[in-house]
Amino acid sequence: MKFLTLLNLFSTYLLADSINIQNTAGQFFSSGHTNNWAVLVCTSRFWFNYRHVANTLSVYRSVKRLGIPDSHIVLMLADDMACNHRNPKPATVFSHKNMELNVYGDDVEVDYRGYEVTVENFLRVLTGRLPLRTPRSKRLLSDDRSNILIYLTGHGGNGFLKFQDSEEISNVELADAFEQMWQKRRYNELLFIIDTCQGASMYERFYSPNIMALASSQIGEDSLSHQPDLAIGVHLMDRYTFYLLEFLEDIHPASKSNMNDLFKVCPKSQCVSTPGHRTDLFLRDPRSVLITDFFGSVRKVEITMETINLTIPIQQVEQSPLNEPQKYSYVDQLPVSEIIHQKPKQKDWHPPDGFILGLWTLILLVFFQTYGIKHLKHIF
Amino acid sequence: MGLLSDPNRRRALISLLTRLNAPICVVCYLAGVAWFMGLAFEPCTLRTYMSENAMGSTMVEERFPAGERALATSREFSAHKKKAGGMPVDWLVKTMQSRGLEVFTQTFSRTLPFPDENKERYMVKGTNVYGILRAPRAPRTEALVLTAPCSGGDSNNQAVGLLLGLAQYFRSQIFWAKDIIFLVNEHDLIGMQAWLEGYHHTNTTGMDWTPIHGRGGSIQAALSLELSSDVITSLDLVLEGLNGQLPNLDLANLFYAFCQKIGVVCTIQGKLQRNDWDSVAGYSHSVQTMLLMAMKQASGRPWGDHGLFLRYHIEAVTIKGVNSFRQYKTDATTVGRLLEGMFRKLNNLLERLHQSYFFYLMPSLSHFVSIGYYMPAFGLLGSILLLRALDLWNQLVTPPPRTGDGDIEQVSSPGVLSVLTPLVISHLTGAALYFLPIHFQTIAVEHFPVSETEAVVLTAIAVYTAGLALPHNTHRLLSGEGTEQGWKVLKLVALLYLAVLLGCTALINFSLGFILALTLVPMAAFVTPHVPQVLSAFVLVIVSPACTLLFSVFFFQELQEVPVNFQEGWMLYLSVISQGILDHYLYGSVIYPLIALLVYPCWLLFWNILFWK
Repeated sequence: MKFLTLLNLFSTYLLADSINIQNTAGQFFSSGHTNNWAVLVCTSRFWFNYRHVANTLSVYRSVKRLGIPDSHIVLMLADDMACNHRNPKPATVFSHKNMELNVYGDDVEVDYRGYEVTVENFLRVLTGRLPLRTPRSKRLLSDDRSNILIYLTGHGGNGFLKFQDSEEISNVELADAFEQMWQKRRYNELLFIIDTCQGASMYERFYSPNIMALASSQIGEDSLSHQPDLAIGVHLMDRYTFYLLEFLEDIHPASKSNMNDLFKVCPKSQCVSTPGHRTDLFLRDPRSVLITDFFGSVRKVEITMETINLTIPIQQVEQSPLNEPQKYSYVDQLPVSEIIHQKPKQKDWHPPDGFILGLWTLILLVFFQTYGIKHLKHIF
Repeated sequence: MGLLSDPNRRRALISLLTRLNAPICVVCYLAGVAWFMGLAFEPCTLRTYMSENAMGSTMVEERFPAGERALATSREFSAHKKKAGGMPVDWLVKTMQSRGLEVFTQTFSRTLPFPDENKERYMVKGTNVYGILRAPRAPRTEALVLTAPCSGGDSNNQAVGLLLGLAQYFRSQIFWAKDIIFLVNEHDLIGMQAWLEGYHHTNTTGMDWTPIHGRGGSIQAALSLELSSDVITSLDLVLEGLNGQLPNLDLANLFYAFCQKIGVVCTIQGKLQRNDWDSVAGYSHSVQTMLLMAMKQASGRPWGDHGLFLRYHIEAVTIKGVNSFRQYKTDATTVGRLLEGMFRKLNNLLERLHQSYFFYLMPSLSHFVSIGYYMPAFGLLGSILLLRALDLWNQLVTPPPRTGDGDIEQVSSPGVLSVLTPLVISHLTGAALYFLPIHFQTIAVEHFPVSETEAVVLTAIAVYTAGLALPHNTHRLLSGEGTEQGWKVLKLVALLYLAVLLGCTALINFSLGFILALTLVPMAAFVTPHVPQVLSAFVLVIVSPACTLLFSVFFFQELQEVPVNFQEGWMLYLSVISQGILDHYLYGSVIYPLIALLVYPCWLLFWNILFWK
């Protein structure tokens, strides 16, 4: 008897534990994403914009260090600073003066370089509308479970960002591109960081869900550069990205820092400009969003000795006779016709159309007119 | 109805114009002069600032170490120069090659139209030596030039030494994006003209030179160095170039920024900066600096070797080292560092300097006046001529009031011929003034005991004075002589001609236009045949271009605080005329043809009007 009770208790405990494992396993996907992507863009060329390239490369370095592989990073650099004729240390791009930190490194992979960094290419990367011949490294192959980090830097103004001294992208265009991404289910959550003058104007117009945005300065403020290196003769970094890099250097793949810490990077005393952020479109609480949700590619692995019951994925299918082969076709990526002509599904019962109602009333009236009212009792 | 199409209003305006013409002219003239003088007042000026983004601030680290070695090289150069009796070409070629430059030479020769007594040369033969430092990684499409003149005697040895020292230091750096050309030119401006013509494949002045074999691409900027002492107390910046053209203000801003960073005393027009702009002494200091710049610009001479680069749209300045009696001396290493810093910043340029002003005046090195601020001064003076012309036009067009007897009928308009004759004769005299001095110098030397230079200058003065006798001798050719109508038409034409001439001159060379306007405009406004003849003849001669030049010479000497007595001043005046004629033939300066062919005939027209009867 006692043995049975003990056995019962033990089995109940095991059952509860396995349910617990299943719950924990279920919690693995609470943030909702399974892979990470990063799109890092530097939009200015010329030697005196060295700091923009250094900004982008610093974020690239952090993102790679925290686990996102090159195949999931789209790096766009508008000019080549490392091999510029004026660089006294060729093949290097430094972010700290006295040449402490070379962010160019040995293994940087630039996907869009030089004149390929245009507004058109940037928007095509985001929306996925690239010509068939584009190689994989130049594509953003994200799906609806991808968290994407988008970092832009360069010269900007109120409502626009300048690309390469010849064209601009406006905040409306950017917001529409993100909406296209949302409708095509190309992201799960998006973190948008911009380091330019008047950067906050760029995230004003966003209207798609699950976007969090950070900017280095408010409208009407200039983002300032950090420090010049006298040997190289240019400013090396912008202030906001410099302090962002310092903050990210302390993050490792297992760290639990959340977005609220990121919002505190570079206060006005250090940055001179006022960094801003926008979280109203984001569904989760920023406190529960880890830095590594966007900057790293964290594979959630936990070793367990327990067995977990998974539903048997393989069902026996009856051998269907070989009839005519079914024709398959690709799902329409952007089912425009459906979206345009979609009617809302009718969940409630609606009375029939007025026409039918009127027709039946007419028929009834005619019937009673013809055959007299005394037949009414037969109907009702 | 509109203001001008309503006849009542038009009549009212015209009567206003006629009544108030003289007072308005006087007010405009005084306002113009006051505006010009007020330009030097510091609140009316702007601080200089760097306009070119690519050049940024002065944040480079200058590390030039070899000032002493540069001075040793300069002593070697001086010794070889004495031995060779001119330019030590072989030694220079060998030294530049040992420093790793690609060395080329160019020989040139020129026979001046008449001997140059200031520099004592007549048949000039020389060699330019230049070495190109190729940019380590860049294509050979752009270049910067550093040049030092090889002058006779003991001057400019340190400049060449420092040039060679910098060449050696620059060779060991890898961050040059443009080729750097180190040029040592002989016979200063003549050699520089030969080199520039050879480099750009033009031949505008008729010089003979061997073709240039080594090129560095299109030249973006040039610096000319003049240094004659081992230590200096200050660096002087020279901006004025040929025909009064000025380099882009950014180059002056760059120089000033580096002077402040390194801590060297920098001057412009040889005058130090002063901080007390609200005191009389401070204001007069700024005015003197600005007037010196105006006079140098008006002369149209290149005041340094850089002056010839400007014509090819290459921004260039000359930096002169000055060693005076101050306590604090700057050594050659510091000067080398300043030049190194400037070259590193110029290296960052992506396109030619074009962001800042090309037309400006500088009352001090840290303040400038741009064209938008100084042009109204000239505009006020020019408007006097237009007002007078309007008044005359009105007088010509409205018929005179008829009195009782109708005998005061005007004779019919004299016609174009009467105006054309004085015009043609004046311009022929001007052409004579332009051509005769050079062409007849040989004849003059035969008949008079003077040297060729003196012959040229005295012929010019003679032709000029002969022009004064014209009205009395040409009256018989004139058909409209003695008529009111005639001189009015002539004066109208002359006023408009002067207005256009001065306007165009002021656009290109503001100082020349303004100085000519200062003297010629009042005279042009008020000369008529009815003013007292002797007095006005005297006044007219005083304001004629030649006398303006004489007074300017004395004034210039006063401004430079080296006043001269009349004898020296007269000799200086003669040499200025000969230099002006030489500049025209050697480098293509347009001041001499402008004065001889256009301003002088215009003045003669007014002289003609004075003696109309």
